[in-house]
Amino acid sequence: MSTKQQNINHQSFSEAAIWGLMRQIYDPEIPVISIVDLGIVRAVEVSSTVNNLNPKIIITITPTYSGCPAMDVIGMNIRMSLLEHGFKNMEIKTNLSPAWTTDWMSAEGKEKLRAFGIAPPNPSQSVCSPAQFQEEEVVQCPHCNAHNTKMVSRFGSTACKALYQCNECQEPFDYFKCH
Amino acid sequence: MTPNQPINISTNQLFNYTLHLADNNLILGHRNSEWTGHGPVLEQDIALSNIALDLVGQARNFYQYAAQLKNDGSTEDTFAYLRDANEFKNVLLVEQSNGDWGKTILRQFLFSVYQYYLYQQLEKCSDRTIASITEKALKEITYHIRWSSEWVIRLGDGTIESHARMNNALHELSEFTDELFIPASYEIEIARQGIMVDPVFINARWREKVEAILREATLPFLSEDNNKQSLSGKEGQHTENLIHILSEMQSLQRAYPGCEW
Ligand SMILES: [Zn+2]
Repeated sequence: MSTKQQNINHQSFSEAAIWGLMRQIYDPEIPVISIVDLGIVRAVEVSSTVNNLNPKIIITITPTYSGCPAMDVIGMNIRMSLLEHGFKNMEIKTNLSPAWTTDWMSAEGKEKLRAFGIAPPNPSQSVCSPAQFQEEEVVQCPHCNAHNTKMVSRFGSTACKALYQCNECQEPFDYFKCH
Repeated sequence: MTPNQPINISTNQLFNYTLHLADNNLILGHRNSEWTGHGPVLEQDIALSNIALDLVGQARNFYQYAAQLKNDGSTEDTFAYLRDANEFKNVLLVEQSNGDWGKTILRQFLFSVYQYYLYQQLEKCSDRTIASITEKALKEITYHIRWSSEWVIRLGDGTIESHARMNNALHELSEFTDELFIPASYEIEIARQGIMVDPVFINARWREKVEAILREATLPFLSEDNNKQSLSGKEGQHTENLIHILSEMQSLQRAYPGCEW
């Protein structure tokens, strides 16, 4: 720890450097996508101090879902990462508004999901209305890229995913719902 | 505001209202979670568990805000685990027993439609914390309505057996729907302060949506004057159901105060 602290120069206090650390923290439920790619980290602030010693780092995060059980773990992992890199003065804020949307997921994040076998969210569309028996979204199979797929359940292994099956390769897969 | 300073009357009404919103979600979330592992098919089991998770998540957000308003060292856990039944402000509808799958679905549907129109008002309200919690929750409730209304139609317009069960459920639950729109003392007060509209304003929209789905489900409408209930859950008067829920939910914290798990 002490060597690490000595290594901290002014550069490592930059917001860009903190964003870099955040990119190394992964979603506990989908371990291929970082909390930055997921759009959970909304803001990083480094408050300046007179001699730049012990500046305060403020991270603002937003939950994907109100009841997302991963949020506590994510908050803890952010804390751990900052501590590990010698930052002790920190605050983690949770913002609910504006509400998280899958549109905040980065293109890179969506690609990583696909590679992991989870169909990434389509751009937000009609599913965000309460009308019953809507036409299900066309979701591309992450395994064989076929569009001929069907929804098996609106709720998959976690609240943010729906369960689909491919009619071509028969593989079931999770779809990260538009939200 | 410094800690231990008694909160003023208007903050107190907002505090009561926030607890009311939280309690509705916590109790219904708890009821739904009783299905975990017992749903008719695994996928629907997961669906209802996820709805429960959404509801408990929303409850936590409201409890955290209530703790902030109270400002006396109370936490979300204090409110969820250390209050007695007469301090809970949830509507009677959400504490009703699960019954069969049809009754659970119908209870969710009647409540989700109410929540949807209520939160559409609350997301525009002048209290910024309540506005942001409800804005977030609305996206989830949108899914809850879709899911539950599809089931109401499927079961109502299903077999003779499923239709009869839905009919029964409607009969059992309809006496608890009027309470949703009868304002409690704190609702009147915060409506007066301009934080929120009187719940009677969303009654018409709720009825229109509910009746449209019931029509499609070939189920009879709720009669206009069915208020046989003299209790007000919002004011802390509950059916025996709530006592059973709390004794199960709170047993751990009551036996081992402050324990973490
Ligand atoms: Zn396929």
